[in-house]
Amino acid sequence: MADPDRVPEEPLVSPSDRGGLHHVFRERYLLRLLVRKELKARYQGSVLGLFWSYVNPAVRFLAYYLVIGLIFQMDRNMTNFPVHIFAGMVLTHYFTETFSSGTRSIIRNKRIIQKLPLPRELFPVSSMLVSLYHTFPQMVILLGAVLVVGWDPSWLNLFQGLLGFTIIGVFGMALALLFSAANVFFRDFQNIVGVFMIFVTWSAPMIYPYDRIQGLFGGTWAEQVYLANPIATSVILFQDLFWVPTVGPDAPYPAVVPDHMVERGLVVLAVCLLVLAIAQRVFTRLEGKFAERL
Amino acid sequence: MATSIVVENVSKRFTMQYTRTIKQMSIAVLRGEQLKDTFLAVDDVSFKVEQGESIGLMGLNGSGKSTLLKLISGVMTPDSGNVLTRGRIAGLIAAGAGFHQQLTGRENLYLNAAILGMSEAETKRKLDQIVDFADIGKFLDTPVGHYSSGMGARLGFAIAAHAESDIFLADEVLAVGDRPFKRKCIARMNEIKKEGRTLFYVSHAPGSVRKMCDRALVLVDGRLGFDGPVDEGIHFLKYDDSDDDDGPDQDDDDLGADI
Repeated sequence: MADPDRVPEEPLVSPSDRGGLHHVFRERYLLRLLVRKELKARYQGSVLGLFWSYVNPAVRFLAYYLVIGLIFQMDRNMTNFPVHIFAGMVLTHYFTETFSSGTRSIIRNKRIIQKLPLPRELFPVSSMLVSLYHTFPQMVILLGAVLVVGWDPSWLNLFQGLLGFTIIGVFGMALALLFSAANVFFRDFQNIVGVFMIFVTWSAPMIYPYDRIQGLFGGTWAEQVYLANPIATSVILFQDLFWVPTVGPDAPYPAVVPDHMVERGLVVLAVCLLVLAIAQRVFTRLEGKFAERL
Repeated sequence: MATSIVVENVSKRFTMQYTRTIKQMSIAVLRGEQLKDTFLAVDDVSFKVEQGESIGLMGLNGSGKSTLLKLISGVMTPDSGNVLTRGRIAGLIAAGAGFHQQLTGRENLYLNAAILGMSEAETKRKLDQIVDFADIGKFLDTPVGHYSSGMGARLGFAIAAHAESDIFLADEVLAVGDRPFKRKCIARMNEIKKEGRTLFYVSHAPGSVRKMCDRALVLVDGRLGFDGPVDEGIHFLKYDDSDDDDGPDQDDDDLGADI
């Protein structure tokens, strides 16, 4: 017979109520397992493993440097042009990886989602953490490069860099949440991501310097629109940390970056946090139908 | 006694979307085809379960049993009505509960246990028990993709059966296991029942429901057709008047294949 003493102390609650993003970070152990799973699954059956996630950025870096830097001679009119490209690429690569793998994360884990109850935000979040993990060695390479060419950042630069990194992380996470949910209903969304990626590369000053934008649009509304883009804002902030301090005031070609970047950055961060909150709301709304639509 | 599960006027409507991309959708619109269709999988179902009760959920294929179980486990949310549960829920909804094909059995074990709310320490402590129960031997460190369907189900059941829980849900547990494993499952579920957990068992086998459950729910086309004693429930489903129920197949009746 059943033991009559066994009465759980918890109240009656709805089993499907799992409460949002902040809840995900309470499930740290599960998150760690999911990140490990994703890392392992991604390199399953590949000999070079993690190395492959460097081939793509390395080849792109070389292509940009050779074509834009040497053939279009950008390297001659700019101090430390390779650092300028690479700093931008590290950041945008983190963004594109978060965005694209996050978008596919729900579909990829449909077997689990259809059968086991858990906060579904875990999957886009773990995609973001995997991307972060991949970014780390690139940061080490970048750090090595700036130390070789001479780097003396101020505390302000450090803050700017961190701000840029935070903005792109929040923005990437928001888009990943939104698109991963939408992708359950229409697989078109994972292709829209591909189109978006092309835009990302050219919408921020990494392959070209900011003074070209200033020369074209300086002081007009177009410059404001350009700078309002979270990707451009964060890349410029990141350049403030890694590229600007390597150039120095008496370099033949001084570093040109927009003014008031910290203020701009804080505003953009606030907007991105708002977008993240909206994305979370939309995700929660759509989540109820995941199990049946997958 | 405390109420363990409350299901109040719960309905779940499924949308069958015929188109997956915007292109397919546009073509369907141009041709005047139907874009989607809906049907009620669970239709205004209400019942209450006390802590420690064991419920046998029966019904023909497609009567909404699995959907109801998914609503209780929280994998799905009802369109209308309320589902409330008390305490931790473990159990396995369909064989091979969400295993990742490329990971080994051991890695899936840890992941699955974590999803069921087990901490790392708890999993380590119970690892031997779980592995013993699943009895998959050297396949533990082989990717789950190479498992036979029976092995996957065994590991899945072993994990769920060893997770700490107040409510245990079991669906299609016995569908793929061989006879010795089915016996082991039945024994384990009886233990779970004795511990005072609420047992929610989906089955087509009248014998095992009769042995294990003290109340039967029968779903008919998504509606709750019967709620009461097990024998009457089986009679309601007309599962007891078939010719091959007795005789040499008696054992099959007891352990019979679910679904």
